Amino acid sequence: MDSRIRTIIYTVAAAISLVGLAEATYLAVLYLTGETAVCGGSASCFEVLGSKYARIGGVPVAGFGALAYFSAFSFATFAAFGYARASKFFALTVLAMFACTLWLLYVQAFLLHAFCRYCLFSAAIIFLLTGVVVAVPASDKA
Amino acid sequence: MKRYLPFVIVVAVALLTATGATMLYRTKQRPALTITKEKSTSPGGESVHIRGNPNARVTLEEYGDFQCPPCGLLSEPINQLEKDHQPNLRVIFRNFPLVTHAHAREAAIAAEAAGLQDKFWEMHDLLYREQPIWSKATDARTLFNSYAGMLGLDIERFKKDMDGDKAKGRVEADQKHANLLGIQNTPTIFLNNKAIDPKNLNPESLRAAADAAVKEKPSS
Repeated sequence: MDSRIRTIIYTVAAAISLVGLAEATYLAVLYLTGETAVCGGSASCFEVLGSKYARIGGVPVAGFGALAYFSAFSFATFAAFGYARASKFFALTVLAMFACTLWLLYVQAFLLHAFCRYCLFSAAIIFLLTGVVVAVPASDKA
Repeated sequence: MKRYLPFVIVVAVALLTATGATMLYRTKQRPALTITKEKSTSPGGESVHIRGNPNARVTLEEYGDFQCPPCGLLSEPINQLEKDHQPNLRVIFRNFPLVTHAHAREAAIAAEAAGLQDKFWEMHDLLYREQPIWSKATDARTLFNSYAGMLGLDIERFKKDMDGDKAKGRVEADQKHANLLGIQNTPTIFLNNKAIDPKNLNPESLRAAADAAVKEKPSS
């Protein structure tokens, strides 16, 4: 793949990761302050974000999400600057995030029977990042 | 220089995120609320709506907004707590309709108007149960009138009370009291005068806190 296109793709991936980082950080701070996330007048956010699935060992899942997005952003940035290994780490991070997203979607759909719009937005971001990973040919990931 | 640029960008984003998160945290952080004896005996501090044993030693006091979805979600679990812990736990409800909710104040007045015919809790439960319907209605008042009919209230009196000063006065008294306590969000729930951490405002944590309080202070 042309290095210019590769730079553009990873720059876009870094920008997408930044949006996810902002959202996850916002949710993590809301959790820490105890404020209820406003979700267009629906109780679903409260139900999902207040559930036992929204935290692991007292740490909000959004906090882990922020860390994951920051890692994805960092690897995408390094990959955009031509660091060969970074694209591999970026792919691994995004695939791990994708797996977690599938689990969280399952929890919302089948265990809580409620969907949080913030979580769905985050899932959309991760699907986009997964698309980037799939779009970049394997030979360029090494 | 280009070699170091990604490091600079990553560190800058980390710093910006940490600074932004800290600022947001400071903006949103609120002091822990407690109801002191002076505050509970201040004008408007007397409890009007009590469900359960009035002399129960454990009191769960909610400042709620009938149009707030989380309040609606906790309504039934709180009713269940009161039933499960009879006669050790009583529930007090106070109105704190938020200005951001179009029909919240009117709903609070409807509950108080029903209260003037001794059906406050029945209207309270009905308003929470039907919240998804009336909160989206353009004319919620008509629905409140029909709820009054469903509860067997004197409709004409209910309509008069909705427009009168007594029901409005009760809502305003609750709001004044809430402001005195520094309440800003709904639901704000106190268990024996100590506000429950908003992080624990879910049915499971609320039950655990109530169970612990009842165990600690059983009625004699």
